[in-house]
This record gives sequence, structure tokens and C-alpha cells, in this order.
Amino acid sequence: MKQSLNSLTITQAQTGLRSKQFSPVELVQSCLDRIQAFDTKIHAFLTLNADAIKQSQKADVSQSLGGIPIVVKDNFLTHGLRTTASSKVLDNYIPQYDATVVKKLKKAGAIIIGKTNMDAWAHGSSTETSDYGPTLNPWNTDFLPGGSSGGSAAAVAADFCIAGIGSETAGSIRQPAAWCGVTGFKPTYGRVSRYGVIAMASSTDSPGPITKNVTDSAFLSQVIAGNDPFDATTSPIPVPNYYQNSKLKFKKFKIGLPREYMQVMQPAALPLITTAVNQLESLGHVVEEISLIHPKYSIGVYTLVQRSEVSSNLARYDGIRYGYGRSAFSAEAKRRIMLGTYALSSGYYDKYYQKAQKVRSLIIQDFSAAFSQVDLIIDPPSPGPALPVGATVDQAMFGEMQDILVEPSSIAGLTGISVPCGFIGGLPLGFGLIGPQFAESRVFQVAHQYQQVTQWHEQKPTL
Amino acid sequence: MDVSRVAVLANIPISGQEESKFSQQFAETLTTVELINELNTKNVIPTSQVTGFTNHMRPDRIDKSRILTQVEALSNASHTYQGYFVVPAIFE
Repeated sequence: MKQSLNSLTITQAQTGLRSKQFSPVELVQSCLDRIQAFDTKIHAFLTLNADAIKQSQKADVSQSLGGIPIVVKDNFLTHGLRTTASSKVLDNYIPQYDATVVKKLKKAGAIIIGKTNMDAWAHGSSTETSDYGPTLNPWNTDFLPGGSSGGSAAAVAADFCIAGIGSETAGSIRQPAAWCGVTGFKPTYGRVSRYGVIAMASSTDSPGPITKNVTDSAFLSQVIAGNDPFDATTSPIPVPNYYQNSKLKFKKFKIGLPREYMQVMQPAALPLITTAVNQLESLGHVVEEISLIHPKYSIGVYTLVQRSEVSSNLARYDGIRYGYGRSAFSAEAKRRIMLGTYALSSGYYDKYYQKAQKVRSLIIQDFSAAFSQVDLIIDPPSPGPALPVGATVDQAMFGEMQDILVEPSSIAGLTGISVPCGFIGGLPLGFGLIGPQFAESRVFQVAHQYQQVTQWHEQKPTL
Repeated sequence: MDVSRVAVLANIPISGQEESKFSQQFAETLTTVELINELNTKNVIPTSQVTGFTNHMRPDRIDKSRILTQVEALSNASHTYQGYFVVPAIFE
């Protein structure tokens, strides 16, 4: 059977476009047709770009992403294209400028075909808190896609696009990628600009790619990463050639397997993780058990830091310059803003916010010590596969509890990846690796090696 | 936790029903996060950001590439008056 164009990876699409096997218009149209046929079922999109075909007519395929259809999470500002962050507060907001990530994608020739659903304001790990209704998991629509970048992950899994962009505060790229059976990459904090991204927790927000394989993540990261004068937290360290580095010849790494993290995994998921570990060993890497601070402590640190930063960031939404007023916030945003306000308020600052920041230091020191012993650490993004629709109802701590395994690396600003490693009851499970800050190339290299000896990333859901 | 007081501080309108529901949920959340008290943080310096940058400055120059025109700046406002944003009255 001929592979449909929308199911291609970035590198496959580039080859086809450059050898004139098909045109950018045909490629974009195949994605739009697929969306038209199946997005009523999945609900990955909030807004489609009505000019996508027109833009693809002018695409220059010699550019790095020339003519490649990309979807972008709806918390990235897109000039002239509605951006809501899945909140009714921003229901009618039309950005006057592009986020730096969007600007870089456009400059590289990418065609942004639509804006994807997410938890409102990125507050969640299910995409169920979206004010526009949940996205459903393409593998089984009775289940959630994860979140907050659930729309982008589902869109990539459903072949609605060639690749997607998400953002992660703690797990919001890696966890939905895991639940949807695709590859999700979280760059080091400060590697990719946050300018023009609707802020959640400014000290951990990290934009990154969601793709069909590791080399595509490496390729897309290379396009979006780099120093940005509009974001003072971006690093001046030059961006390496991640794509080339991901395919570097074999090097033997020492990889840590944290015993405390394995204690959190669901029993049904453990054999799949063990198999992935064995595959890394058979590739020649040395895996050794290590001990880290139990991830249960990261829940408290992350909750307090994130809600405090949320209360500060969301204070700006007053409905005067844009959007609707504060009465338009839904329950999850209200709870987060209020708890953060409380944690920062006089008399409670030391007890909550300050204490959380101190434990954050302990976690950073813990990783630093671990990375003096090992090159990478195994970190599955989720204790198990996707949960059913409705799982988040009245669960005020759903996201924080679900993201227990990715909160430590996020609050430490590390880089990490999620790759599919098998199925449980027809739902995909994610395997993960984390590396020290700015060790992106190393993470890509080992994850790519893993995908060369496994086929999990090539499995597709039947819609 | 005085939920109605925090709602005022956060400028978040809440209903009576939300007040009692949130009150219970906040109590649960605070119990969960207080687990961090098990860890000794005596003499530990708090971390507010992870970049390692200190006094990261930019030149004090006007960058026209990021300045919106007046028309653009007002384009999303629900109430404008002669090229200005209209804000709710503060004084009686």
C-alpha cells in the first residue's frame, strides 16, 4: 500500500518534496483531508489556518522546513491566527505578533496548519481541562491523550500533520507523547525561547517538539533552539547540529536506573521498562541502579513553585487590553491562581514558597551528584498508560500526581525525551531518558539508537 | 485557609458553592505539598531560577522590531476611546 503523505516523517517529507515526488500543496492538502475526516472524533484542533494552502503554494522546499505542515499548541502566539491557550478568557484573542518559536518555524519555511487543544492555560496533564472540551486519544477514544500538549501529541499520532510543537512546564510534552505513542522532547530550560508563549510557570516553561521519531525531534529542536534577545533566560551557548549528532556513531554511555522512580511505576508497566533497559544494554550501554531523592517530594515543590508563578503570570488578564475579564477563568485556573496567591501571601511565603525553593535546590544538587556518576538517567514520563476520559473530574491535584516522574527533571531544568516502548491493553507506554542541562545531543543519540532496534514508534492507531 | 480572603487578594470572583468546594480541595493540596517538610533544608539556599545567569542585562536601546503600533495595540481591546484603552472607573 502506498504510504499517504500525511503519515510521513519530516525527513521523509523533505526527501519527497525535494525530489518532486509530490508538492507542498499536496502534502498540506493530505493533512487537511485527514483532519477533515477524523478530527471530529479526536478534537485535536481549536483553530485551523485558513491560509495554509495559499502559503504552501509559495513554499521553498530548499529551506530546512520548506513546505512541511506543522501544528502548534495554542499557547504560542501566532500573528493574525486566533490563540486562546484553551481558555475562554482569550476566546477572541488575535495575536499582533509571533512567538519566537513560531517566527523561527515560519522563517524555516514550515506551514503552520493549525493550533492544537491543550489544558486551559496548560494547567493539567489530560487536555480535559480545556474550556473547549477534551481531545481524545487516537489509540482509543475512551481514553485521554495526556497533556497539557495533548492536542499536538494526538495530532502527530493521528497523522494530522508531519510534526508538532508543544510546551512543557513539568511533563506537558513527554507525558502526552507517551500516552499517544509518539516521541516528545523537552529541551533544557533556556534552550528554546519562551517569548510569545502564554506563560504558565516561567522558571520551568520549555517549548519543544512532538514528532514521529527521534531524528525529527532533533531536527525540529535545531530549528527552534537558540539565544533570543527577547527572552533573557535563553542561553548564549551555540546550538549544536542535533540532527547530525543524533546519528553519531555508537558511543558507550553509563545510564542510571533510579530505584525510587521504578517504585512509582505501575506493576503492568515494569516489564516493558525492563525490556527497554535490556535493549539499551544490548546496544552496549552500561545500566546501573542509582538512588535519587524520592520523586514524591517533587510533587510539593512543583505544585508550590508552579502555582505561585501561575498566580503572578495570570494576574495580567484583566480583560482591558485583550480577552475577557477574570470571571471567565474556569475552576482549574481559579484554584491554581488562588493557591499560588496563598503560598506567596504574607505569613505563608516562608512556609510554602521559600521551603519549596529550598527543596528545589536539594533536587538540583541530587541530580548534579548523579550526573557525576552517570551520563544519562532512565525516567519514564508516566507511571502507566493513558487514563480514561473523566479521570480528572474533581481531582485538584491530577496533573501533579500524574507527572510525579517528570517533575524532578523539570524543576531542575534538565533535558529529557519520551519514546514509545510498547503497549498495555492497546494503549502505548512511554520510555524516557534525561540528561544534564545542554546534553540534548546525548539524549537524542541514545534515544535514536533505541528506535533503530525497536518498531514501537512506527505503530499507527486505526481511526 | 480563608478562601474568600484569598479570592479577594487574587482578584478572582468565586461563588459560595466554589468557596466550599475549593476550601476542601485546598486543604487536600496543602496536606500533599507539606510532605516536603520531611526534608531538612537548614542552610540550603533557595533556587528561583536554573540558568545560573546573574545580572543578565540587555543594551538600553529602543528595539523597534518589537513595538506595536497604536492600532495594533488596541486591536484586541473591547473598549477604546480616541486611541486609548478604556479602563473601569477607580474613583466614585
